[in-house]
Amino acid sequence: MGVLEPVVDVQPLLEIKNISKGFAGVQALNKVSFSIAPGEIHALLGENGAGKSTFIKVLTGVYTRDSGKILFDGQDFHATSSGHAQTQGVSTVYQEVNLIPTMTVTENLTLLQQPKRFGLISPKRAKQRALEMLERVGLNIDPSKQLDSYSIAVQQLVAIARAIGTKAKLLILDEPTASLDAKEVLRLFELMRQLKSQGISIIFVTHFLDQVYEITDRITVLRNGSFIGTYATKKLPQAELIHAMVGKSLDELTSGSNRETSDSADDVLRIQNFGKQRFLKPVDLSIAKGEIVGLAGMLGSGRSELCEIIFGAQAVDQGSMEIAQNAVHIKSPKQAIDHGLGYCPEDRKIDGIIAELSVRENMILALQAKRGWLKPIPMTEQKAMVESMIERLSIKTPNLNKPIGELSGGNQQKVILARWLLTQPTLLLLDEPTRGIDIGAHHDIIAIMKELCEQGMSLLVASSELEELVIFAHRVVVMKDRKKVMELTGSDISQKSIVNAIAQ
Amino acid sequence: MLNERTLPLISAIIVLLLLYGFGSIAYQGFFGLRLAGYLLTDNAFIIVTAVGMAFVILSGGIDLSVGSMIAFVCALMALLVVKFQIHPVVAIAISVCVGTLFGTVMGLVIAIFKIQPFIVTLAGMFLFRGLGYVINTQQVKIDHPFMSSLSEFGIIIGQGELNFVAIIMILFLALGVIISRYTRFGHNVYAIGGDAQSAALIGVNVPWTTVKVYALSGFYSSVAGVLFAVATGSAYPEIGIAVELDAIAAVVLGGTLLTGGVGYVFGAFIGGMTFGVIQQLINFDGTLNAASTRIVIGALLLLFILLQKIILVWAKKFSAKGSD
Ligand SMILES: Nc1ncnc2c1ncn2[C@@H]1O[C@H](COP(=O)(O)OP(=O)(O)OP(=O)(O)O)[C@@H](O)[C@H]1O
Ligand SMILES: [Mg+2]
Repeated sequence: MGVLEPVVDVQPLLEIKNISKGFAGVQALNKVSFSIAPGEIHALLGENGAGKSTFIKVLTGVYTRDSGKILFDGQDFHATSSGHAQTQGVSTVYQEVNLIPTMTVTENLTLLQQPKRFGLISPKRAKQRALEMLERVGLNIDPSKQLDSYSIAVQQLVAIARAIGTKAKLLILDEPTASLDAKEVLRLFELMRQLKSQGISIIFVTHFLDQVYEITDRITVLRNGSFIGTYATKKLPQAELIHAMVGKSLDELTSGSNRETSDSADDVLRIQNFGKQRFLKPVDLSIAKGEIVGLAGMLGSGRSELCEIIFGAQAVDQGSMEIAQNAVHIKSPKQAIDHGLGYCPEDRKIDGIIAELSVRENMILALQAKRGWLKPIPMTEQKAMVESMIERLSIKTPNLNKPIGELSGGNQQKVILARWLLTQPTLLLLDEPTRGIDIGAHHDIIAIMKELCEQGMSLLVASSELEELVIFAHRVVVMKDRKKVMELTGSDISQKSIVNAIAQ
Repeated sequence: MLNERTLPLISAIIVLLLLYGFGSIAYQGFFGLRLAGYLLTDNAFIIVTAVGMAFVILSGGIDLSVGSMIAFVCALMALLVVKFQIHPVVAIAISVCVGTLFGTVMGLVIAIFKIQPFIVTLAGMFLFRGLGYVINTQQVKIDHPFMSSLSEFGIIIGQGELNFVAIIMILFLALGVIISRYTRFGHNVYAIGGDAQSAALIGVNVPWTTVKVYALSGFYSSVAGVLFAVATGSAYPEIGIAVELDAIAAVVLGGTLLTGGVGYVFGAFIGGMTFGVIQQLINFDGTLNAASTRIVIGALLLLFILLQKIILVWAKKFSAKGSD
């Protein structure tokens, strides 16, 4: 371990020597070294909480480093802010999409570099420039609309377009593909190759190992804030990479799933002709007790929309719903919770976390709401529940009173998942439960999902990762253009059959 | 043009037109250039204050010091012109500079020590009011031929008159609109109001933008103070009490969200005029005494905010149908 694969005698664009950064109680980075050559695509890998985002923020001046040296283009590099780093040629898309939701796409794309005429911003030219930037990432949207009127995937692409648009020598992408679908990832990779051929270097953070092997030249692995090694991608087999990241070997992910379809007399949920105009075409679906139903489809295909109308976050205008064989009319999430449903939404930044509250408070939220605010859960009970969740999901936090905003992105995701698991719903709706979660935790979460359904909980899981759907789903519903197009059962479920259904 | 961003402003304009239309039908002499000119003059200093306030609110902050700033600037003008015999043009320049400086200092405190704007500007409110009293405790006449010629200056349009105060108001309104829409600083204000953390990550200099916002508000409220001094030709320490609330109300009536990041500076004008029209309606009616005037204004404010919301919801439904 600790190898530093040398780049063939070109002068590195960026050289980092022994940088360290500590937060109260956590050594997030411990003497990490790193180098990247011009035109290199370099993966930065590690488990949730390994220190990847912190590394990036120290490099770009969002955090000040405790010690260490950074050389950029042979010069001492001391960015004082993200804006400063940008003017020096380091452009970053941080893990949390960092754009202004209330401004238009054009305004976001041109912020701080608006084209001017006679000293004043020219909206016409700004729009034109925005359109050019969007075209590079293959986005065909109206840039005069407010950013938050678009999905997170689109926002993510806009953020990437913005970062590429600034004339950067080094582009940093922190989990840019977490909310993109396969087609968009391909488009992004094409773009990255193009930038590479222009001599631009790219640091790429992801939890998708296939993507690492597809696009990167070298890999640097961090574990617990420490530098583990830098490797040439071609010379590092996946098993060794995983070993470097987790510090131990993982059993293969192929544990065959239990595919016997359950008895439909025990349906926990049945919807018929259930839909909403301009939102989702009518859907028929039933979910049995202890069943995991997967929801596949491209982004915008209606996956999240289906979850939302089932949970009452959107009012339906047609169709019927039965829960445990009783007809119900759910008009709000509160009623859905009372009927034993739980919903873990896709966008943790907007719908999920309350950054200032502690891990414990965030986790207990849904359960407390379910029991009623007048009956506070005793502190000892809270602590016991939260601690067991922290252990089961291996959430990396020094203690349960840490503000959740200070956790790494993937660990925040786990806390939200834990929040809904604690309510022990009869049917849990999960939208992209494994986004931004590292491979080790990925295993844990799939294992927990299986365990839950053995205990009789039903799950409806929307995911863009077909690989994982195939592993855990008893049934897969394929959505397309806001419509249910196919339902696959038992041995019909395979990545190929799902892709075919989507492509039809 | 008709989208989620412009809708609140458009519904504010519709409400203003409805009110004005109602007055024109119900009362004789309501419609016409005479009242229009009067409305522009009478509400000029609220509107100018509200333009500055609009920037503050768009940036996600609040400025409670503007009313006291107006009183302080008036007192300072009186001191300079009457006691020190300085020419009013110089006195105006000094007063506006001092006001802007005070705004800057508040901005610095907010940005550097990360104290809530509410607290800092509340302190500013007490401080400036006190400074006004230090300068003089009584009503003082600002007697100067130049001041009178300013206040008498006007362009006659038909039956109405566009006088000095109204002209200055329109100029500063236009300036505010241009700054907010067509300068980098203006966009940065929207950015930090929309999401300060993201704005910082994009590279917006958040502290510096904050300082500038409060400097600008200090500038606008001291211009409002000058306008007040010109219009009334006098200064006394109690003027401008609760004007900060009127200005905030005008900004909100103009369709700007108190949470920041959403709205238009031009809305401050619409809100200020809505305020003025409501007051005129009550005047024309003539049956209300002073106490019930306040109650009616309060009730109408609430009503018209609700009406705006209704127009908004209705327009959204309509446009959703249209775009399908
Ligand atoms: N602002 C902060 N204050 C305190 N601790 C922090 C802060 N930011 C990060 N940390 C801690 O530093 C460690 C590294 O976090 P970091 O966000 O860099 O992880 P990461 O590798 O990006 O993980 P992920 O894959 O989940 O995004 C974590 O233990 C986290 O709790
Ligand atoms: Mg991270």
